[in-house]
Amino acid sequence: MSERPYPVPDRDTAPFWEGTLQGELRIQRCSACSRHVFYPRAVCPHCLADSLEWVVAAGTGTVYSFTEVHRTSEEFRAEAPFAVGLIELDEGVRLMARLDIAEPVVGMPVRVVFNRVSEDLSLPHFKEA
Amino acid sequence: MTRSRLGAIVGVAESDLGVVGPDRTAFQLQAQAAKAALGDAGLTLRDVDAVFSAGGDAWSPTMAIAEYLGITPRWSDGTNLGGSSFDAHVGHAVTAIRAGRCEVALITYGSTQRSLRSRSLARSGEVRGPAQFELIWGLPLPVGAYALAATRHMHQYGTTAEQLAEVAVATRAWAGLNPKAYYRDPITIADVLASPMISSPLHLLDCCLVTDGGGAVVVTSEAVAASTRRAPVWVLGHGEAHTHLTIGSMPDLTVTPAALSGPVAMGMAGVSHADFDVVELYDSFTITVIETLESLGFCGPGEGGAFVAGQRTAPGGDFPLNTNGGGLSYCHPGMYGIFLLIEATRQLRGERGEAQVPGARLALVNGTGGVLSSCATVVLGV
Repeated sequence: MSERPYPVPDRDTAPFWEGTLQGELRIQRCSACSRHVFYPRAVCPHCLADSLEWVVAAGTGTVYSFTEVHRTSEEFRAEAPFAVGLIELDEGVRLMARLDIAEPVVGMPVRVVFNRVSEDLSLPHFKEA
Repeated sequence: MTRSRLGAIVGVAESDLGVVGPDRTAFQLQAQAAKAALGDAGLTLRDVDAVFSAGGDAWSPTMAIAEYLGITPRWSDGTNLGGSSFDAHVGHAVTAIRAGRCEVALITYGSTQRSLRSRSLARSGEVRGPAQFELIWGLPLPVGAYALAATRHMHQYGTTAEQLAEVAVATRAWAGLNPKAYYRDPITIADVLASPMISSPLHLLDCCLVTDGGGAVVVTSEAVAASTRRAPVWVLGHGEAHTHLTIGSMPDLTVTPAALSGPVAMGMAGVSHADFDVVELYDSFTITVIETLESLGFCGPGEGGAFVAGQRTAPGGDFPLNTNGGGLSYCHPGMYGIFLLIEATRQLRGERGEAQVPGARLALVNGTGGVLSSCATVVLGV
């Protein structure tokens, strides 16, 4: 069986993954134009300022879209079917995550929970709020 | 025709398609298609002074195919926008030709993904860079991303699974008229809905094929086209755009980059929607077709489901679409955009036999690459 994919934290993304281990959903906010940014990066995609700061998101949002996965690669097969969604956070950015929701609906209010998968990794999932 | 001729497609060909066997390579398929396309044009390898390619089995597909075929190009373009690359290459080629930088452009693609069983749904192990936020969830790609778009479209506009299935059924009917198509037996809406769910709301029959295959297209100047073997098909307009790479960064899951590339191509050609006789749209998934029809403006936002209802796009319908059987039923070797050009060219030459759209003089091609990430639109006419 192939290895389950896992994120490799880098200078852009390490604070996010350190945050999930501490039970925080961290996103970036541009101190020049005040907009929130996800995924994390080195410069603001709205104004190109390199003054992105980390903030802790409220962890609440709505389901922008979702899919129930039935066919997938070997390492996830035992879990199928499962739901993956795009969450629109209240801060205005979108991120992908597992939905721990039996019957998700677009627009459903959700909140983050953290799923510790190893000593080094905690993944954000979303539950119905 | 008084519209401005930007260049011409003068040769097209496929390689062997379907399952070619593990002893064949992407190079062989491209070479086979290139030879046939140059023969179609009545040109030789010596005439080729520009190469365009993407994908294949090489880190530099243009250097690889140029070496394999013995071409020393003075223009080389390996732009990779996913499956729409080759449609973008047509625009790049006529631009370079008009700038005097080359005269005969060879566009090629080849893949043996089916025989190599190399098409995987997800990644394993370390995921670096922005992809680490999307490739870790077990979402099968690309289908899962298109499924997200489909769910959103259904929610926002009430589009139904039956309407998505209409696309698969109509496209299969066209495949029935194409001896080269991988699947030719008719299917029904019920068949699509009864096929296994892959990533909701997309069933197996909402998804394109996984096949081997290659293709080649020869593009040249109006001057050279005056003496080629076949009547030229004129490139009248082209546009391209990309809005994102990862699905989480797609601005609006119901609007594809065709909303940007389409108006550029149609404006350049000086044509409007009602002028087209035949339309070839990348059909990676049924939702791709519905969103592309809307994004190009053939119908309004959210009207794509109703637009394709009642088998309107099938043979005999009033909107001939994907007349070769598409990526859904004819072939889909990973990056399908080159086959859109091949089919549109043949329709405009009037050589499609049973599947010929009578009197076709103006065609629209729209390639889509990545996860609804890129589009390239080409307007072709005779």
